[in-house]
Amino acid sequence: MYTKDGEKYFIVDSHMHYWDATPANWVPGAEQYAKGWIECFHAYQSLGPKETHWPIEKFEGYTEDDLMKDVFEDGHVDIAIFQPTYLKEWYTDGFNTTERNAALGERHPGKFIANTRFDPRDGDEGMAQFRANVQRYGSKGVKLYTAEWNNGSRGYKLSDPSCYRFLEEAQNLGIKNVHVHKGPTIWPLDKDAFDVSDVDHAATDFPGLNFIVEHVGLPRIEDFCFMATQEPNVYAGLSVVIGGLMHARPKFFAKVMGELLFWVGEDKMTFGSDYGIWEPKWQVEGFVDWQMPDDDELSDYAKLTTATKKKILGLNAAKLYDIPVPAEFLVPAQAGEPAAQDDAKLVTEV
Amino acid sequence: MSSATDAPAGVAALAVDGLAGAVLAALSTVRDPELDEPITTLGFVASRTVSEEGQAQIRLRLPTYFCAPNFAFLMVADAYDAVTAVPGVAAAEVILDDHFASDAINAGVAARAGFVASFDGEAADELDDLRATFLRKAVLAGTDLVCRPLVAAGSTPADLAALTLGDVPGSPELGRLRRRRADLGLPADDAAPLLIDPATGAPVAPDAVPLHLRRAKLTRTGIDANTSICSGMLRARYPDPS
Repeated sequence: MYTKDGEKYFIVDSHMHYWDATPANWVPGAEQYAKGWIECFHAYQSLGPKETHWPIEKFEGYTEDDLMKDVFEDGHVDIAIFQPTYLKEWYTDGFNTTERNAALGERHPGKFIANTRFDPRDGDEGMAQFRANVQRYGSKGVKLYTAEWNNGSRGYKLSDPSCYRFLEEAQNLGIKNVHVHKGPTIWPLDKDAFDVSDVDHAATDFPGLNFIVEHVGLPRIEDFCFMATQEPNVYAGLSVVIGGLMHARPKFFAKVMGELLFWVGEDKMTFGSDYGIWEPKWQVEGFVDWQMPDDDELSDYAKLTTATKKKILGLNAAKLYDIPVPAEFLVPAQAGEPAAQDDAKLVTEV
Repeated sequence: MSSATDAPAGVAALAVDGLAGAVLAALSTVRDPELDEPITTLGFVASRTVSEEGQAQIRLRLPTYFCAPNFAFLMVADAYDAVTAVPGVAAAEVILDDHFASDAINAGVAARAGFVASFDGEAADELDDLRATFLRKAVLAGTDLVCRPLVAAGSTPADLAALTLGDVPGSPELGRLRRRRADLGLPADDAAPLLIDPATGAPVAPDAVPLHLRRAKLTRTGIDANTSICSGMLRARYPDPS
């Protein structure tokens, strides 16, 4: 929890990792990809405040103690949600698997939610593993990285029939939340890999699932926003927006937040630190202090209320994951109507 | 063989300098299709050399090892075409460095093989549709740039819907919007409506103008945010931009 000016914020970090990208875990023959991936992540960290930058050696393999201190002790987080990313073609034991995350979580009861994942290209064997993970770890959410390389395949779409089979099973197993992360490759490579129209299809066909589009669809914010306006079960995961823009490019951060509040609305935006890319401390503290600047160029964007910030930093994700929140952190039911409601009507009417 | 960046002396140097300038000018016409900015201002040109014999070598670099291979291919291929077209350039080599698909892209562009052949089995088609998709985004973003001053000066949605391109005072933003529309085969002459659907070219009706402008602004915000993240990543990767 975080307290500022007498206001109490319940913090859910809805998108974070515990990865192993140390050279010992690089797949022989695929070292260049393992190295390229973690160096790319490390460059993202450089967009945060200088005093929070880590040397690459720590970044490749931060410890359990680092994580507990950065996320909970210093980072104000109440509940953190592990989002696995496997990348087993590049990392021998995986980059950040359900098992690795859950093993850490089991040593700290009550602190973590362990999401799992599936890859529709893994077929029946993958389905069996997915069922076993949900049963063993009680996962209520999955993280899908559609650009993952798998046996010569460069990626998949949520709208693929093989993926629908998994989404149906996810629903049967009690999964509520599907976190989607787009990346730069997909089959076929001539299409825009970041296109989010497959999420649109899946969200329409699976109204019982929530689709949290991580990084708000970056670099396709515009397509994401327009889709999210029309799909009641599509959410904006703010990882990378706060971490990558709030410090490095405050003006663009303001514009992106203004657009998200307009199109998606404050009830459908969730904070995620993307730890270990960025530590949550500066993000939480900075966002609580942040306000839409007084600037002619930003004049048509809404100001944020305290309730807006409380929802984004924790209450929205708590609702998605049925996390009990003590009354002192809640906002009055009337506080902050969904910012995009009227505009959503406008869009559907036009 | 000396190169332009080595500042050779004498008459030949003048010719080479002129040629180097022409090569730079040619490269500045190549855009990142996603960011709609020249690769020269984005810092994607790592080095360029031109020999006295007219052999040009261009090295390109991108913000990450995993930047989308289709956009990377377009930039390398466009740079090759632009430099090859410069009078006095006898041969051009364009090399993309530090990218997971460098080998496939460099070899494919050098062989003039096209995208499908360069990514055997991994691509279904060439990149014309992808390019058109991003030109349409550039048209929308450009619409925001052109319309903002008009709205600030009091133009209503009905006013904007009635305007033609020729009605709008000339500006670099308007020139750019016209060029992007022309690239797509959309009307770009003085008599063409200012506001059109970039997918169909149909004029935007007055009651659809507010949403159209809102989308235009959203699209511009998205492109600007991407550009700012890409430039931050490039700086982290290559701390001393050349």
